[in-house]
Amino acid sequence: MTKTILAVDDSASIRQMVAFTLKGAGYEVIQAVDGQDALDKANVHNVNLVLTDINMPRMDGLKLLETLRNLTHYKTIPILMLTTESDNEIKAKGRAAGATGWLVKPFDPTRLLEVIAKVIG
Amino acid sequence: MSADLEQFYEIFFEESSELLADMEACLLRLDVNSPDLEDLNAIFRAAHSIKGGAGTFGFTDMTEMTHMLETLLDKLRKGELEVRSEMIDAFLKAGDVIKDQLAGHRGEGQADPKLAEEVCEELKRLCEETQTLSSESVKSVETKSEEIPISESISSTSEIISEQLSPTDDSANETYRIEFNGSDLAESVLTHLMSNLRSLGNLDNLTSETGKGHYQLRLRTNKSEEDIWETLAFVVDPGNLKIEKESTEKKPEVKSHHVEEPKQHSSITADYGFFPGAPAAPIETPSAGQQPAENSKSDSQIASKSQTKATAAAPASETSSIRVSVEKVDQMINLVGELVITQAMLAQTASQLDPVVFEKLLSGLNQLERNTRDLQESVMSIRMMPISFVFSRYPRVVRDLAAKLNKRVELRTIGENTELDKGLIEKIADPLTHLVRNSLDHGIEVAEKRIAAGKPAQGTITLSAFHQGGSIVIEVSDDGAGLNREKILEKARERGLPVHDGMTDQEVWLLIFEAGFSTAEKITDVSGRGVGMDVVKRNIQSMGGRIDIESALGVGTRMSIRLPLTLAILDGLSVAVGDQMFIVPLNNITESLQPSAEDIKTVSGEGRLVQVRGEYLPVIALHEIFNLRPKVTDVHRGILVILEAENQKAALFVDDLIGQHQVVIKSLESNYRRVQGVSGATIMGDGKVALILDTAALVMASQQEFV
Repeated sequence: MTKTILAVDDSASIRQMVAFTLKGAGYEVIQAVDGQDALDKANVHNVNLVLTDINMPRMDGLKLLETLRNLTHYKTIPILMLTTESDNEIKAKGRAAGATGWLVKPFDPTRLLEVIAKVIG
Repeated sequence: MSADLEQFYEIFFEESSELLADMEACLLRLDVNSPDLEDLNAIFRAAHSIKGGAGTFGFTDMTEMTHMLETLLDKLRKGELEVRSEMIDAFLKAGDVIKDQLAGHRGEGQADPKLAEEVCEELKRLCEETQTLSSESVKSVETKSEEIPISESISSTSEIISEQLSPTDDSANETYRIEFNGSDLAESVLTHLMSNLRSLGNLDNLTSETGKGHYQLRLRTNKSEEDIWETLAFVVDPGNLKIEKESTEKKPEVKSHHVEEPKQHSSITADYGFFPGAPAAPIETPSAGQQPAENSKSDSQIASKSQTKATAAAPASETSSIRVSVEKVDQMINLVGELVITQAMLAQTASQLDPVVFEKLLSGLNQLERNTRDLQESVMSIRMMPISFVFSRYPRVVRDLAAKLNKRVELRTIGENTELDKGLIEKIADPLTHLVRNSLDHGIEVAEKRIAAGKPAQGTITLSAFHQGGSIVIEVSDDGAGLNREKILEKARERGLPVHDGMTDQEVWLLIFEAGFSTAEKITDVSGRGVGMDVVKRNIQSMGGRIDIESALGVGTRMSIRLPLTLAILDGLSVAVGDQMFIVPLNNITESLQPSAEDIKTVSGEGRLVQVRGEYLPVIALHEIFNLRPKVTDVHRGILVILEAENQKAALFVDDLIGQHQVVIKSLESNYRRVQGVSGATIMGDGKVALILDTAALVMASQQEFV
């Protein structure tokens, strides 16, 4: 069964690279350019996993996390933070906002798939 | 993997260029005295995004620079440091360096690593210098900030995070046990790694000889676990890396396996991790909260099955733009041009058909005409770009130049969204730059002079763009000194140009476009070498445009450039001479009339003049120029089309007016050769070729006859 991943990043190059990698591994990918866009798309698609950048215009990843966790459908969906911030402060905030885990950029496509496989198999 | 990534390079380059441009724009509008937090955030985000991409795609030089930028910007946006104008300068310089680096990776030129280093150093200095200056206020900010309550609340809820978050107190060194598999690492890499680790603190190598590449180290340091991890992560496969904290009093030898096991989770496993107890966290960290996650997930998967199909089409709408080569667009425009011609041909043939018998065919043809026109318009619009692409470079030009000339200047832009053909956008940039520089250098006065003249100390240069008729008008205006009529005339006489005191202001102003003309009292490296204004005029004319000057001494100068909307299509009036048809560009026509015989005057047997509303205009007989046999030879039996170009008027004598058309311009030069008096050609509805007249050349030629 194809699983759908919502990939959120304001950087087109990274977003498309992520999408390319995930699609290559057989996932369905929905792309969003920022938190607000992601929220709009999350409301109309059935998503199995959300992969979000933290630092974004309009709505950042932390706010997206919080908002998603308040939606019934997204209470238990895995949400991974994909971010260049490796510092613990961000991780702590992410955790408080309801993140499932984090992955630090820059990352290797294989590492991305590995992490995702751990969460949604 | 690198082969996979390469296809995203171009996107990254494009994106970074845009981000850099955004960053520059934000920097330039940033008010040092009261910086807008939103702007600071935007600048930070731009640096951050470039850094992320650069890291991902392996452009390490850019990562370093953006990292420095980011560090300083982060302090600024958090209010730990105050924005100073030298920082803005440093940021702009850093942006330039990144631009160069980007170009370097693109294979267009090379970045200067020395310059990069300098700028990096400067950023670092700014970062540290100001820190020591305001260290007290920084401290008070830190204690007041919300970060501490957050980390406290985290530590109470999370055993893992709290350990990682333990504040790195300088006095309290921690001992970490580091284990990794280094069997696949080169000797030199290992040596380097060890020396890096040693720089963090006291390093003990516990590796046993029989370890077969399994390294065990003990590091006593005041650095955080993160720092150690970062030192190792890029060398050692994070999957094989284990870092854990030892309590300081415990001797490493005592450490046994059963102590290690439960602590496993506290090690930073890699560049990723999961929060135990978090929704949908994987089995690695089993928790009660996870089960329902699994259940609901599979539920949602079943529910989503039908919907995932529907989402397949979604990616198309995700990207709001696609990149297409200009050749493809031009090819399309060309094809649409052919379609327009075919349609016109059909329409012409159909006009001879009986409208009752062929009603359906004719209504179909009407529809075809509408669709063709719409198609043509939308295809042409692909080539249209907002003029902001050009305008956006000037804030920087003005800022740098104003600083150099020690003038205070504000740049205002109006109508940035006005659209213009891409070809024109590219060509207009240089002439416009020259005009802006010229305004700044010659127009705007230094602050003292301005104040003495009762003007505000800060000068204003306004760039505006708007549509007017079938043209786009771009204006560069300043509230500076204005042009000095006497000085220009004096200079023109010096240069031996034909001038007299009776010249109108308009004519005098146009003198500054003569080659080698410069009134600057002293030559600066900015402008004033007298090269340029003539080139500006020539460039604009080659685009089918013209430039006008309005100026008042002491009040300011306005230069207006008028360009056709597009280079590919022309609104024209078709005229007949004998059995030939010519197209006259509509924006050069002021009126058409049939003169009475007494209005025509013959001068010295050669040229003829026509009196139109008290004005004598030279008559250009088209059949004489192109050596044709006309239907009428008497001017008063034909039609005169009054042309205006270069502020000169002339009357074009033709047999008849045919009609108004939008014609697709085909270059005569690329298909045949340049012909005097002709700017191009087009194919008419009946398939015949009609020449498009070069009105400016014709008008100028007619003037010369009478001078």
